[in-house]
Amino acid sequence: MSATADVRLERVTKHFEDVVAVDDLSLEIPSGSFFAMLGPSGCGKTTTLRMIGGFEQPSEGRIFLGESDVTGLPPYRRAVNTVFQSYALFPHLSLFENVAFGLRRKGVKGDEVKKRTREMLELVGLGGFEKRRPRQLSGGQQQRVALARALVNRPRVLLLDEPLGALDLKLRRQMQLELKRIQNELKITFVHVTHDQEEAMSMADQIAIMNGGRIEQLGGPADLYEKPATAFVAGFLGASNLLDGEVCGADAVRIADGTVLRVAAGALAGRTGGSVAVGVRPEKLRLDASGVNVLRGTVTETSYVGVSTQYIVETPAADLVVYVQNAAPGAGTLAPGSAVSLSFDPEVAFVVDHV
Amino acid sequence: MTAVVRFARHHLLTAYALLALAYLLLPIAVVVLFSFNNPNGRFNYTWQGFTLKNWGDPFGVPGLWPALQTSLEIAALVALGATALGTLIALALVRYGFRGRGAANIFIFLPMATPEIVMGASLLSLFLAINFQTGFWTIVIAHITFDISYVVTTVRARLVGFDRHLEEAAMDLYANSWTTFWRVTLPLIAPGVLSALLLSFALSIDDFVITNFNSGTEVTFPLFVWGAARVGVPPQVNVVGSIIFFAAIGLMLLNVVRQRRPQRAAAPATATATVS
Repeated sequence: MSATADVRLERVTKHFEDVVAVDDLSLEIPSGSFFAMLGPSGCGKTTTLRMIGGFEQPSEGRIFLGESDVTGLPPYRRAVNTVFQSYALFPHLSLFENVAFGLRRKGVKGDEVKKRTREMLELVGLGGFEKRRPRQLSGGQQQRVALARALVNRPRVLLLDEPLGALDLKLRRQMQLELKRIQNELKITFVHVTHDQEEAMSMADQIAIMNGGRIEQLGGPADLYEKPATAFVAGFLGASNLLDGEVCGADAVRIADGTVLRVAAGALAGRTGGSVAVGVRPEKLRLDASGVNVLRGTVTETSYVGVSTQYIVETPAADLVVYVQNAAPGAGTLAPGSAVSLSFDPEVAFVVDHV
Repeated sequence: MTAVVRFARHHLLTAYALLALAYLLLPIAVVVLFSFNNPNGRFNYTWQGFTLKNWGDPFGVPGLWPALQTSLEIAALVALGATALGTLIALALVRYGFRGRGAANIFIFLPMATPEIVMGASLLSLFLAINFQTGFWTIVIAHITFDISYVVTTVRARLVGFDRHLEEAAMDLYANSWTTFWRVTLPLIAPGVLSALLLSFALSIDDFVITNFNSGTEVTFPLFVWGAARVGVPPQVNVVGSIIFFAAIGLMLLNVVRQRRPQRAAAPATATATVS
């Protein structure tokens, strides 16, 4: 019930006939934040966004914008604006009229419409394009118009539905920076839906990882990466090695081959027994025996990718992925078949329930 | 020899197309040509000599002008009525899943598939059964009935592939359903609606069979021509026929020009990008 939440979902459920798209979801999005909903397709992220926008109505639960309950209100009575995945620019209107559409509907006066529309086109780098039609623009430019058309209304919340999905990689990177800059400049709450983890990590302050209509974990990008709470989050955000085992102490897990691994105090979160998995990110494994936890194995695959070399190491417990940064020139790579020791410290490991 | 074969192979399709075109246009050419004929008797069937007097006085035949006027009035009403109803039906059929949509989709084709003579006769028996005086309004009703099918088909083609996000975007930008329809949906399907309007106008002006059953004492242009043909066709009928033909061609060309214009405007790109 924080007073600074711009969007609040209270136990929202959405069925489409027999399919549950969003399952008893509660969520608060703080004012002025860049919030990402990340997940595979069908996880309910787009449905959640469409319910905030008013394009779908929840089957159960309530939706608040600031203090007002907007559940049941149509899109045109909500102070949110949307950037659609397909951009949905009006092909029969000029750029100027596209951007001015919302202002005209709200009855803003002509001079003011002109001023604000021009300013907004300037902000997205399309000054001087007023008279063009959408189809005369490139994909990246259309995307900027879609953004301008939404932002010119000074919404309380801007909804972005996979806005960069249709752009090529280079343009996507550029637009990511641009979006971040515009958000910093305008201080409007952005709610961003994407299936691209890198996009979410590089832009968002807060990320909700969604799966099966629920939020698996909510947190900052570093939190989610360093301390994933579930195997799904660990697997969805980057690569990770999971070692199945049994809890055998306040900070110890016995893995399949009998080795006892130490984990950070508190990583077990009060578990005193049962099946768990110890996770380590590939870049946090070292190719030496200097750490607290040591595993021995044989290199089975080597691939040199410039910035790092990636190994797959077969150990009695599991096959592990290891990234070694090529910091010094000519460091050399280990050939398949080499016997190696891998080590890591308790602080870099995380523990999730066994799947 | 091979050169001849090659020539024939290259131009066979062209020749075939020209022949087909000639086959289609020949009757029209005859209609136009005989509008300049100067027949001796009442029948305009053999070429007697060139004259401009038919074109100087196209409505000189008693009854022709009122008949044409009736046809134009009916066609205008029918085009507006059928287009309005048909467009809404097409929207409903494409947009909404409702009980009976499948059946409605089939029923909408029935008037197109039904032989005109059956449709005309059954409409007449309907009007007689409910004791509705046949005349101007029964013609309008009958024409709207069969024109709706064509309107639905034409408008539906335009609606399929319509990006629903455009309407959502309009609503997102504070336009209610009504404004969204007038500002976004209708302008975007306008070419289809306009085609439907012209098509239903043309179909109405042209119809004979169904009209003949349901006209009562009203005389439309096709009915007038039919009546006149029994006692001799005056060349003025050819004149009016030619006028209708050229008006239709003119409208079609206008539509083509209008649709091409935005693309031409797209060519000169003078503004420069300031994309960082």
